Amino acid sequence: MPSVSTPDALDPSAVRGDFPILDQQVHGHPLAYLDNAATSQTPTPVLEAIQSYYRNDNANVHRGIHELSRRSTDAYEGARMKVARWIGAEDAGEVVWTRGTTEAINLVASAWGAANLEEGDEILLTDMEHHSNLVPWQLVAARTGARLRYLELDDEGRLRLEDLPGILAGGRVRIGAVGHVSNALGTINPVREIARQLHAAGALLLVDGAQGAPHAPVDVAELGADFYAFSGHKMCGPTGIGVLWGRRELLEAMPPYQGGGEMISEVQRDYSTWAELPHKFEAGTPNIAGAVAMGAAVDYLDGVGPERILVHEQGLVRQALEGLQAMPGVRVFGPRDPEGRAGVVPFTMEGTHPHDIATILDSQGVAIRAGHHCAQLVMKRYGVSATARASFYLYNTADDVDRLLDGLESVREIFG
Amino acid sequence: MIDRSTPPLKSLYQQLILDHYRKPRNRGELDDRTVEVLMRNPTCGDEITLQLKVEDERIADVKFLGDGCSISQASVSMMTTLLKGESLDKAHKLATRFTKMMHGDEEAARDPDLGNLRSLAGVAKFPVRIKCALLGFDALQEAMKKTRGEEEDAEG
Repeated sequence: MPSVSTPDALDPSAVRGDFPILDQQVHGHPLAYLDNAATSQTPTPVLEAIQSYYRNDNANVHRGIHELSRRSTDAYEGARMKVARWIGAEDAGEVVWTRGTTEAINLVASAWGAANLEEGDEILLTDMEHHSNLVPWQLVAARTGARLRYLELDDEGRLRLEDLPGILAGGRVRIGAVGHVSNALGTINPVREIARQLHAAGALLLVDGAQGAPHAPVDVAELGADFYAFSGHKMCGPTGIGVLWGRRELLEAMPPYQGGGEMISEVQRDYSTWAELPHKFEAGTPNIAGAVAMGAAVDYLDGVGPERILVHEQGLVRQALEGLQAMPGVRVFGPRDPEGRAGVVPFTMEGTHPHDIATILDSQGVAIRAGHHCAQLVMKRYGVSATARASFYLYNTADDVDRLLDGLESVREIFG
Repeated sequence: MIDRSTPPLKSLYQQLILDHYRKPRNRGELDDRTVEVLMRNPTCGDEITLQLKVEDERIADVKFLGDGCSISQASVSMMTTLLKGESLDKAHKLATRFTKMMHGDEEAARDPDLGNLRSLAGVAKFPVRIKCALLGFDALQEAMKKTRGEEEDAEG
């Protein structure tokens, strides 16, 4: 992500009013929601967009000639254009709606992989990938006979980029699939450099942007990605909607992922022809309200200023890291420099399992995640079975971080 | 009205539980085991390997290896202290009683047969942690199923 020159600081108290869910007591304490890497909360304009769509405009898209169908189609396609702009894509036809990041990656692994991979080809992954950017590739590797190669991690949770030339020198890597930001470590990966090396070796790059797109400005062209996948629910949108962006010539050359209505041009008894992009990859009635809401979420985040969000999160990360590092027996995972990470802070406490940490914090209204974070290779790399993870977003405050740190003191009192 | 008040943490983290977590009983490998079961909770990564030596329908010895939270590890540790020398039928009864206690059955929570395991009754008020407490007993049920299945195979 590009470093940003001192934007006006984001004032979280000014945006908190937009998130009604934050204004509640949990177990007798005000909610401090620090599980944003799992899912983010939804601001009023997005909630209203969903309700307004169903109250006023609901109809199937691209089918009818009646007024409501025209409106729903306009809203659906308008949202696509907003999302295209959000990631710097000039061609909205390159933006495919999916159920989420997972389906977007499965789409590429399945449709691109089946057409392009053969025995002996290699797929480059990394040890920090979320299971959703591992398992689809394992499946396509099993089907095609392709091999999986892995970039390993250094002690601070960064990719060992120095190993990449050696892996690519074999000349068999056809595609790399790499997370923009690690959900289990917070690491911001040097995607541009990875793209450069992969392209020089004649390979493509898919970027798992589930933790990237929500937290900083993304420009797919500048990143050098060939595919970029992300989800609505991690960026103030609803669950069940996500995006695959892909370069037009790649998407055009790929066979469809699923068959059905909406994705065809002509259907005969024994063959069909496919609709133009992006509809070729959108079989069946899509999640129209979800798409419209994701468009509203992009509008909302645009209003706040994406470049301010990362800076704000890094301030909270700095505060959390300082507090955690001062506690005896606490081990923090991921890059030590807050500039190298997004708002994700994983940690363990000696003598206390992460689940117990999460239960004690929950009893004080502080919501964090504990577990393997769908990244079992990361857990294995650092010799733990689970970590506790606090993750921040635009509405989190310094007080939320203090509540986390105070809560950990009471964990120590109980487990002492 | 939904009761959203906090169940007291003290009911969850009793000294006896923390003691078993810090100093688990019967932890280790059982060299002359007759059955072994690895039970995992895939959502959180907790795991328990339970090893039994079963002779004449009786648990002659038991040990476990495990990695997980205080509740899962204390629960299996306490469980092993109750199992040694018990018949498989009695072990099955304990598992059933304990499972009932975890689902809020107050009569089960008063059953003296459950011994120290009764200190885990408070877990019932923390629904997301019930699975943790049951992991060891899930392993026990599976181990007994395996043992009985093998016996039937041998007889059949």
